[in-house]
Amino acid sequence: MDLKEKLISSFMAFENLVDVDSPVHDVRSEAIKVFETQGFPSKKEEAWKYTSLNSILKHDYSVFPKHENTVEYNDVKKYFIHDIDTYKIVFIDGKYASHLSQTTHDGIDVCLMSSALAKPKYQLIIENYFNKIATKDSLTSLNTAFSSEGAYIHIPKNKLAAKPIQIIHFSTGSESALMNQPRNLIVVDENSHVQIIERHQSLTDNPVLTNSVTEIYANKRAIVDYYKIQNDNENASLIDNTFINQKQESVASTHTFSFGGKLTRNNLNFYQNGERIDSTLKGVTIIGSKQHVDHNTLVHHIQPNCESHQDYKGIFGDSATGVFNGKVLVEKEAQKTNAFQANNNILVSDKASINTKPQLEIFADDVKCSHGCTIGQLDESAMFYMRSRGIPEKEAKALLMYAFSNNVLSSVKIPEIKQRITKIIATKLGVDIGFDL
Amino acid sequence: MNKYTEDDLREELKTKEYEYGFYTDIESDTFPIGLNEDIVKAISLKKEEPQWMTEWRLESFRAWKEMIEPEWANVNYVKPDFQAISYYSAPNSKPKYDSLDEVDPELLETFKKLGISIDEQKKLANVAMDVVVDSVSVATTFKKTLSEKGIIFCSISEAIREYPELVKKYIGTVVPQKDNFYAALNSAVFSDGSFCYIPKGVRCPMELSTYFRINQAGTGQFERTLVIADEGSYVSYLEGCTAPSRDENQLHAAVVELIALDDAEIKYSTVQNWYPGNAEGKGGVYNFVTKRGLCEKNAKISWTQVETGSAITWKYPSCILKGDNSVGEFYSIAVTNNYQQADTGTKMIHLGKNTKSTIISKGISAGKSQNSYRGLVQISSRADNARNFSQCDSLLMGNECGAHTFPYIEAKNKSAIIEHEATTSKIGEDQIFYCNQRGINTEKAIALIVNGFSKDVLNKLPMEFAVEAQKLLEISLEGSVG
Repeated sequence: MDLKEKLISSFMAFENLVDVDSPVHDVRSEAIKVFETQGFPSKKEEAWKYTSLNSILKHDYSVFPKHENTVEYNDVKKYFIHDIDTYKIVFIDGKYASHLSQTTHDGIDVCLMSSALAKPKYQLIIENYFNKIATKDSLTSLNTAFSSEGAYIHIPKNKLAAKPIQIIHFSTGSESALMNQPRNLIVVDENSHVQIIERHQSLTDNPVLTNSVTEIYANKRAIVDYYKIQNDNENASLIDNTFINQKQESVASTHTFSFGGKLTRNNLNFYQNGERIDSTLKGVTIIGSKQHVDHNTLVHHIQPNCESHQDYKGIFGDSATGVFNGKVLVEKEAQKTNAFQANNNILVSDKASINTKPQLEIFADDVKCSHGCTIGQLDESAMFYMRSRGIPEKEAKALLMYAFSNNVLSSVKIPEIKQRITKIIATKLGVDIGFDL
Repeated sequence: MNKYTEDDLREELKTKEYEYGFYTDIESDTFPIGLNEDIVKAISLKKEEPQWMTEWRLESFRAWKEMIEPEWANVNYVKPDFQAISYYSAPNSKPKYDSLDEVDPELLETFKKLGISIDEQKKLANVAMDVVVDSVSVATTFKKTLSEKGIIFCSISEAIREYPELVKKYIGTVVPQKDNFYAALNSAVFSDGSFCYIPKGVRCPMELSTYFRINQAGTGQFERTLVIADEGSYVSYLEGCTAPSRDENQLHAAVVELIALDDAEIKYSTVQNWYPGNAEGKGGVYNFVTKRGLCEKNAKISWTQVETGSAITWKYPSCILKGDNSVGEFYSIAVTNNYQQADTGTKMIHLGKNTKSTIISKGISAGKSQNSYRGLVQISSRADNARNFSQCDSLLMGNECGAHTFPYIEAKNKSAIIEHEATTSKIGEDQIFYCNQRGINTEKAIALIVNGFSKDVLNKLPMEFAVEAQKLLEISLEGSVG
């Protein structure tokens, strides 16, 4: 039985477990139908031209983990940004782990999707926001069909989330292969501000496939900063679908740090539904061995006077493959748009490859849109400069690569994240230097 | 001073009718409509082709039958009914002429209207012309000068008869019969086209040029061009098209193959101005062209195109940089107006070491048109030190048109250096203001800016063609070019 059939047949069982009378029931049934007709995307589809899911779909994933698992905080402490005080929503094998988490209902709601779906006091938000901007493509629909758990964050009007929020998914490997489908909903109301860090981490070498959907609503003048740290082990694959709907004068940014995983696909979609919006999409990818990272971004400029900035850097070693498919769509009404997109790549090995497709679709005339894309190597004269001053080759290379990705790091607002990323980059490049020289 | 604003320009663009829209009434010898093996055989027979050619056509036809029309391009149109087209049409009075006096005066009149009077061309431009009217060559000039150098420049049907070994060796090597839907169709039914062979070490002393025109109602035109530059030779080849005003959609599916052997250089320039349809988007030519060149060691192929016509353009002149140190270039201006749709660009396939490619693409869209750049830069794992630079700029006039960029970049070699940049903008108010301030009126200012915008590409055209290109830009964007 292939994965598609397995998922469709387990849908019935799943539906009986959760509340059949809830309004979300219809949404789920609708979604499974979409998945049933479309199936998993193949390379024949333009959006999946460079990424094949075949190798990760062949595992016999268990859809519902059988055992309750628990992990000790000390064993997993290193995966947290632990040097600052944060709210935490932690899941182990898709199940909420209360002993690792710290949620709140004090002024803001930082809690669970399952309780938000069940409790009447959240009903209005669920009705207004749940599955409203997520697209109807097959993988998102698959997640929608099985949506029951994940993070639910609601920041009401004029509130500042005092601490950053960490969403962490651990998989313990108690199943030989696990499929995880977290569903997050983040609603940030007028004038509010939130910072979120998301991470998926597998604790053993058993294959894990995560198909995650996150819907983010940044209402009027809201500020949302979202950080994705993707440094999973090499049997874990992640398909991340993030949808961000922005209202007027809101500012949203995402930083995606892709260092690990077997196959990582980031579908990142920004919709600018208001004027004077600012969107930032940045990412650093440093991978090696046979890893594959695919960034698929869309910025949809719907209203006038908005800006978007995209900056993705990639360093590819060994037999790694990278894909960047960035699309900027400017509607007729979106005059005075200022859209910028850059994608710079370095290939370190002969077997590594990069496929990039920066795409502009523009229907308005009074706009400034540009994109730049480069593939190249480290500057030899810069290397020579450092070598001649006694810096060993490896370190010199690492310094140049760090400098290469620094543009993205410089806009990270939480210093602890910056330090953490810096450390990961140093480990990745196999050097023992702090870059804060 | 007349106040001439962009709105006026837009208004003018909207109402500007196709100037060269006229129809010459020449009796034609036309095949019944439809396509089947008999028609393919009949075309081959009509052309007095050898057996292997007939077989080659039939093979293509069988492949074509199995293929489906591509739909990935960013264009919308009513698909042509391939069974409602006549696949062969040739002017009736078709003996070869020694002098222009023998040519049908009506035909000469047509050329005069086009501003490409053969007399004038002959005297002034020193251009040898192989004029194709509806598929068959009717006048070939300067043949003598060329033959002294050993250069072969003739129609492809003549080449099949006279130089079968050359044609047999190279035809279909760059664009295989089964390459794509339209290439397969062309391979099966191509009626005529040009053939050019430059022998070893010869530098072609003049620009070679062919003018194509679609002239017969309801006929599709399927040119096949084959240019072979032998080791160390050089040729500059020009191709220009204008077509008469027609209401039903006409299909144009050409195939161009360029072969540049070691150290050879081919420069291929196109000015395309097929009938774009009227202001309501009715009629117009479908231009589905496959153009590709193959570079051997140290060879260079340069494509330059000015695309102003056609209702639908689907065209990707490409270079396969097979030999080490080979160079590919692509310079393009695509202008779309009213309801025109263009999906054009290039493919640069880097296979050899130290290969270089340059892509400069300028798109200008006005009215309700859609203009897309679609390009591929591919660096194979063996192509050490490959270098590519691409730049695609779009200029939008009015808010009903669209500009799109679909660049695909695939790199599999770590020593590759690839740069790609694209911008989209409109004529800035500050730019106009700057000019006005210095006493340049708005009309002149727009002219200056559009000229400046396309300069990179216009500069690449041979002198003889730059004038023609200017003329076409004028028609397409009347009032904007000074």
